[in-house]
Amino acid sequence: MSFSNISISQLRRQLLKGEITAIALTRSCLERIKATDAQLNAFITLCEEQAMTAAAVADQQLANGQGGLLTGIPVAVKDIFNTRDVRTTCGSKILANYVSPYDATAVTRLQDEGAILVGKLNMDEFAMGSSNENSAAGAVHNPWDLSRVPGGSSGGSAAAVAAGQVVAALGTDTGGSIRQPASHCGVVGLKPTYGRVSRYGVIAYASSLDQVGPVTRSVEDCALMLSAIAGYDPADSTSVDCPVPDYMDNLNAGVGGKKIGLPKEYFVAGLDPEVKLAVEATVETYRRMGAEIVEVSLPHTDYAVASYYLIATAEASSNLARYDGVRFGVREDDGSGLIGMYQQTRSKGFGDEVKRRIMLGTYALSSGYYDAYYLKAQKVRTLIRQDFLNAFDRVDLLLTPVAPTPAFKIGALMNDPLHMYLSDIFTIPVNLAGTCAMSLPCGLSREGLPIGVQLIGRPFAEADILQAAYAYEQASDWKERTPPLR
Amino acid sequence: MNSRYEVVIGLEVHVQLTTRSKIFCGCSTAFGQLPNSQTCPVCLGLPGALPVLNRQVVEYAIKAGLATNSQIAPRSIFARKNYFYPDLPKGYQISQFELPICEHGWLDIETRDLGRKRVGITRIHMEEDAGKLLHNDSYSSAVDLNRACTPLLEVVSEPDMRSADEAIAYLKQLHQIVVYLGVCDGNMEEGSFRCDANVSIRPWGQETLGTRAELKNLNSFRFIKQAIEYEVERQIDVIEDGGEVVQETRLYDADNGITRSMRGKEEAHDYRYFPDPDLLPLQVSDTWIDEVRSRLPELPAAKLQRYQEEFGLPEYDAGVLSADRAVAEYFEAVVSLFEQPKTCSNWVMGEILGALKEKNLTIDQCPVTPELLAGILKRIDDNTISGKIAKTVFEEIWITGKNADQIIDEKGLKQVTDSGAIESIVADVIAANPDQVAEYRGGKEKLMGFFVGQVMQASKGKANPGMANQLLKKKLSE
Repeated sequence: MSFSNISISQLRRQLLKGEITAIALTRSCLERIKATDAQLNAFITLCEEQAMTAAAVADQQLANGQGGLLTGIPVAVKDIFNTRDVRTTCGSKILANYVSPYDATAVTRLQDEGAILVGKLNMDEFAMGSSNENSAAGAVHNPWDLSRVPGGSSGGSAAAVAAGQVVAALGTDTGGSIRQPASHCGVVGLKPTYGRVSRYGVIAYASSLDQVGPVTRSVEDCALMLSAIAGYDPADSTSVDCPVPDYMDNLNAGVGGKKIGLPKEYFVAGLDPEVKLAVEATVETYRRMGAEIVEVSLPHTDYAVASYYLIATAEASSNLARYDGVRFGVREDDGSGLIGMYQQTRSKGFGDEVKRRIMLGTYALSSGYYDAYYLKAQKVRTLIRQDFLNAFDRVDLLLTPVAPTPAFKIGALMNDPLHMYLSDIFTIPVNLAGTCAMSLPCGLSREGLPIGVQLIGRPFAEADILQAAYAYEQASDWKERTPPLR
Repeated sequence: MNSRYEVVIGLEVHVQLTTRSKIFCGCSTAFGQLPNSQTCPVCLGLPGALPVLNRQVVEYAIKAGLATNSQIAPRSIFARKNYFYPDLPKGYQISQFELPICEHGWLDIETRDLGRKRVGITRIHMEEDAGKLLHNDSYSSAVDLNRACTPLLEVVSEPDMRSADEAIAYLKQLHQIVVYLGVCDGNMEEGSFRCDANVSIRPWGQETLGTRAELKNLNSFRFIKQAIEYEVERQIDVIEDGGEVVQETRLYDADNGITRSMRGKEEAHDYRYFPDPDLLPLQVSDTWIDEVRSRLPELPAAKLQRYQEEFGLPEYDAGVLSADRAVAEYFEAVVSLFEQPKTCSNWVMGEILGALKEKNLTIDQCPVTPELLAGILKRIDDNTISGKIAKTVFEEIWITGKNADQIIDEKGLKQVTDSGAIESIVADVIAANPDQVAEYRGGKEKLMGFFVGQVMQASKGKANPGMANQLLKKKLSE
């Protein structure tokens, strides 16, 4: 059974009518994973047994006419979400055998809506990376071209959804970690507004930037997944207590009369010509559909990447201090004493990129450098946020490329971290501004690689993005294209 | 004290708050439970767990701020203090750094030698405590995280104190205030109120501060005084010997009465403070502050003054009665039932506090309630019993919990005020003691006490002593 082009809503209807069962659906997912994951390496952990048990429960509920938004729908989550009874490694050796005693709120919400968790997805270690090559579980391969990266850090989430291993997945996005891999894998990835989805139980990389979001095949599925996970959580002080609209409502509202801004700083030299063409074509489609297109400016864009790598690494250096070998996770100890145990545990437990960022962040916070780096970066962040708010005084949405190029070859940038960092140049400012944005498939390169367009909305205006994305999706056929993976 | 040097002391006090749950999670703060039994993902610092601020902690901080004349910040920030230690589960402590909740406070203290002065309070901030290490043997240690994430206030004074006595006066007053407020149990042995002292010396007249040593491990007022005095002498010796005081942390060794340098790893930390991104800036509205202010209890300094002005008590009485909030409340309850404050004061300070001390009880455990005590005082006042009989009645009440009238009734302790009855006893006493009568009449008037005693004894204490005195005088001069 193939379901990779069927929406969650269609599957739900079939499940409710009894045309398919959750058990069959889940089994087919597991089979697909088994058939393809040797090539993709999208999963770190499969939880087949738990999934089949949950599927049986779902079928029972469906038979009784009960169930939630996602009852019987097989999903997977990035291995950054804590799950009780299923190990959570965060792509790191230091948590190789870590099993959390509690579930992340987003996971609980999915399960409360009846979703079936089939496994935990590969990722860059501690969500640090743009290629999913920094994983203790090994690199993930792009289903469109196995020699290429899927993007990162939620590379497993994007690859799994693109390859039809699961119907939908959760990722996290700190500087583009949902949108960039979604773009590289030709799927829909949404980074909600900071505070829209609880971070409780999500292993922190950079707390002021991290946000949970869905990765799906379609805009409608994205809306459904967001409806399931969004909302205030008293366990996360930074989650925001404001009403969650029904994102499925008015999806087909269209873009007539909407103003879409093109930030001039995002259409610059260095942008791959094919990406540029695809994005421009998308703009034309929107114009045809009745949107008004205007040029806007986000003047502080140039400082975003630098600010991000100061703020994110500063927070990470502190967030990752708890991996000290004392209470959980891997401990390396040759008996040379406490300091030795700390040093060995962290030297052996963390990969190079994580160590690099811990060192950068520690430096940025150090006495004598704090003002010049961390504090300055925070001031720039305020200016960047203001840029966006100013732009949203004039327009309803912003439209930009997601990544400067389509997916690159595995290994191509591993020895060039600065170049790698620049692959998030168009996504990072959104995290700094704290607003919401989506990566939406908008083309294929001549080499057959997906290209994404980014739609950025006002804070908490995910519905605006979803409506505009849905309109484009209806007017194009990118959703119907699937990777050549067998 | 050496006359060539001025002593400069600043104090950092950690006040453990009495909230039932921890500062950033719902776990209990109860003391003495099984190791790690009061923990959850948040206070264990597990991956993905997030802190949520306990509102009660903020309220207690506001209380402490108001009671120390501090300004309450409308917006304050939680910061992370980063360092590695096995008792610190997250690898950072959530504290406040740049914008604490309280600043610019003060307390007025008084010492015998130096009189009254004002000690500045630089800041009061909220933070979480660390866990505890239990050292099993020389090869291994165990970590108990029950205490991790329990709420603390850190109260930082200005370097305004000039002697160990002033430091103690400040500490005692601060201790009294936080206990009065009910935000701390004040138990110094269990570490609920702990103090670090920054001590330096400088030649008289020099404006810049000398290099300070930070003294730790001070868990009683006595040790604090001893440690400071030792440290001052030590620093004087160092300087007099041509040396220089080193900035360092020194542990007080109570067994030997000295301070010892804590060299090495604890020193030279760069804590890399930065605002905690998991917690929003804390907003405290004026309404909230006013609401907390309206519920503040009357503080000891105010009571001390009011007891003298309103009740006309001597300063000594007012001081004793106001020192402890529960004693003060007991006393005020007695006064509200029997409006002779000095009599009430005498009984509370004498009988009640004496008996409690003897039996090692607190005022809350006193079997003689304010109502019962007032009952005795009323019967003295209306001459039903004498002051002496009253002490017997008091003892009976202590044991039985019955009220004064019941006991007077049952035991037949009602004072004899019938002059005929007393007259006959007086006559018997005079008849039985001819020698003493002769001596009295011969001018040895001191014997009056003897006669009164005899009458009281014969009446089993029930004769009204005033009447006995009067009648004796009359009969003896006949």
